[in-house]
Amino acid sequence: MSEPLLQVKNLAVSYHGYAGEVQSVRGVTFDVNRGETLAVVGESGCGKSVTAKTIMRLLQIPPAEIKEGSQILFDGEDVLRFDEKRLSAYRGGEAAIIFQDALAALNPTMTVGNQICENLLHHSKMSKKEAMKKAVELLRMVGIPQPERRVKQYPHEFSGGMRQRVMIAIAFACSPKLLIADEPTTALDVTIQAQIMDLIKQWQSDQDASVILITHDLGVVANIANRIVVMYAGKIVERGDNRSIFYNPKHPYTNALLEAVPRLDLKNKQVLASIEGTPPDLLNPPKGCPFSTRCKYCMEVCCSEEPPVTSFEEGHEASCWLYYLDHPCEDAPFTREGRTND
Amino acid sequence: MTEKVILEVSHLKKYFDLGHHNVLKAVDDVSFQIHEGETLGLVGESGCGKTTCGRTCLGMYKKTDGTVRYNGKDIHALKGAELFAFKKEAQMIFQDPYASLNPRMTVSDIVAEGLDVHHMVKSKAERAERIYELLVMVGLNKEHANRFIHEFSGGQRQRIGIARALAMEPKFLVLDEPISALDVSIQAQVVNMLIRLQREMNLTYLFIAHDLSMVKHISERVGVMYLGGMMEITSSEELYSHPLHPYTQALLSAIPIPDPDVEDQRNSSRIRLQGEVPSPINPPPGCKFAGRCRYATDRCRQETPALKDMGSGHFVACFAVEG
Repeated sequence: MSEPLLQVKNLAVSYHGYAGEVQSVRGVTFDVNRGETLAVVGESGCGKSVTAKTIMRLLQIPPAEIKEGSQILFDGEDVLRFDEKRLSAYRGGEAAIIFQDALAALNPTMTVGNQICENLLHHSKMSKKEAMKKAVELLRMVGIPQPERRVKQYPHEFSGGMRQRVMIAIAFACSPKLLIADEPTTALDVTIQAQIMDLIKQWQSDQDASVILITHDLGVVANIANRIVVMYAGKIVERGDNRSIFYNPKHPYTNALLEAVPRLDLKNKQVLASIEGTPPDLLNPPKGCPFSTRCKYCMEVCCSEEPPVTSFEEGHEASCWLYYLDHPCEDAPFTREGRTND
Repeated sequence: MTEKVILEVSHLKKYFDLGHHNVLKAVDDVSFQIHEGETLGLVGESGCGKTTCGRTCLGMYKKTDGTVRYNGKDIHALKGAELFAFKKEAQMIFQDPYASLNPRMTVSDIVAEGLDVHHMVKSKAERAERIYELLVMVGLNKEHANRFIHEFSGGQRQRIGIARALAMEPKFLVLDEPISALDVSIQAQVVNMLIRLQREMNLTYLFIAHDLSMVKHISERVGVMYLGGMMEITSSEELYSHPLHPYTQALLSAIPIPDPDVEDQRNSSRIRLQGEVPSPINPPPGCKFAGRCRYATDRCRQETPALKDMGSGHFVACFAVEG
């Protein structure tokens, strides 16, 4: 297999605020292979969006700070060392991002056509007229009816789903090799969500591009992802291919997350398995395992030492003390004294 | 759950006049009943009128036509002491816990506001005790009472909103998307708590949400709305195993299930709805769903189908479904 398109190595990002340093991302390492869809799953505040923004170099520095030792390799080049010129070719040209809130991401004072053209004109040599023609084509491709008329309209004249399509059209404009979709359908209704996910899937298989899908919706992930990375409190707790994560989760957090969502196709249970407590405050991240304060199987060692990474089958890894070789315990629910959740 | 009907909504209409002869038909001829102690789920996409329906049921909006009867009495005709008593018994929990709690009041004042208005506590000590009791009931503790809202997370805020509603010792609660602003792991906590409180206090819920998986989990019966109309209403198991209305079928089919093998199978048979929900402003006559329906005929575009009983309490509004 060829070298991965994107390699994120030991990425750490902090925000400096009044209260101190918030460690949003704390040493994240993952690869994105060519032509695959990688899903990054996690709850709000786990650092998934910050990771995405860092890959696009969209962080505002300061207040953000990318820690030393962080590396992001795109096609072998270090994104964090790009100069302005290289960066402007990279952003929107080779890598593109779709945000959750399309209304906030689009410029309200420019017509939709001009916003698509902006990207095209910046990255390729074509006349304004050709760009406009391409913009109409793109709008048609993303499923907007009457594109000739719509191209002259402003974002406020579009519905939520249509705006998301416009943003996708802008992202698709220069046929990027990497598309980052940051919660692309969270604000949309399910029937529209299905349409948008179909669109992204179709485009990806036509272009053989890589997609990073950032979401908290496990249903969407099951449908589209090849591989999954589960983040919690700024760290990756588990990674693996789609089926190993869904059918054989190893980390207690992944397991709890899967059990906490009711299933449409299964019988009603009386009580949902809930994860008690709240995610830790990243101003003072806990020592040891970030999930230790909420984990059903928390042991003494979890609260003081960072868990080692254990490999299971090909590419399936989890950071958890339960699988430590000197102390392997596959099923036994270990509870520390005074911290039983049952 | 008993057979006693606590809320009866019949042919409820709520139109908003936008001026210039534009009428937004948010709720258009909706009928349903809620039995004491049960949870009725109301689902639909944004703009289908589910929130307006919930609010009109509590008298927060004046109705345009139809009736809402609470224990047999038309709530829109209540006056004076009766209205006051109804407002105490029927409470609402809002979607956005950031916008629905006053940032300048302490938690104890928020929770006790209703207690003061309705003179439900006699002394300061009793007031404080009642507040603590309520906070514990929703999984918070004493120390939280004197804090302000900005010190809490989304899940905790939602708990405060629930405590405020429970303070009134309500019988009927309208829950308007109470969990959609929360994270997955927190959603389960709040839903489990709502189910526990319902059992302990014999509450009746109207649960409004767009997340069908969660609605299925919490509700005994579910009503599906589309563009202001009720499309189908039945028990939750029946709705998910035998959806009859073409819209319900499409909606269920669009929901991704967190299971890769199941999703692979479903991908081939998925019903893909084209287009978007049309505008509820000056809608055309006929079935609301006709414009996107695979089975639509000329009749659907002219007449509005009424809710028909298909047996065992399964109601559906569609000409294509034969009874």
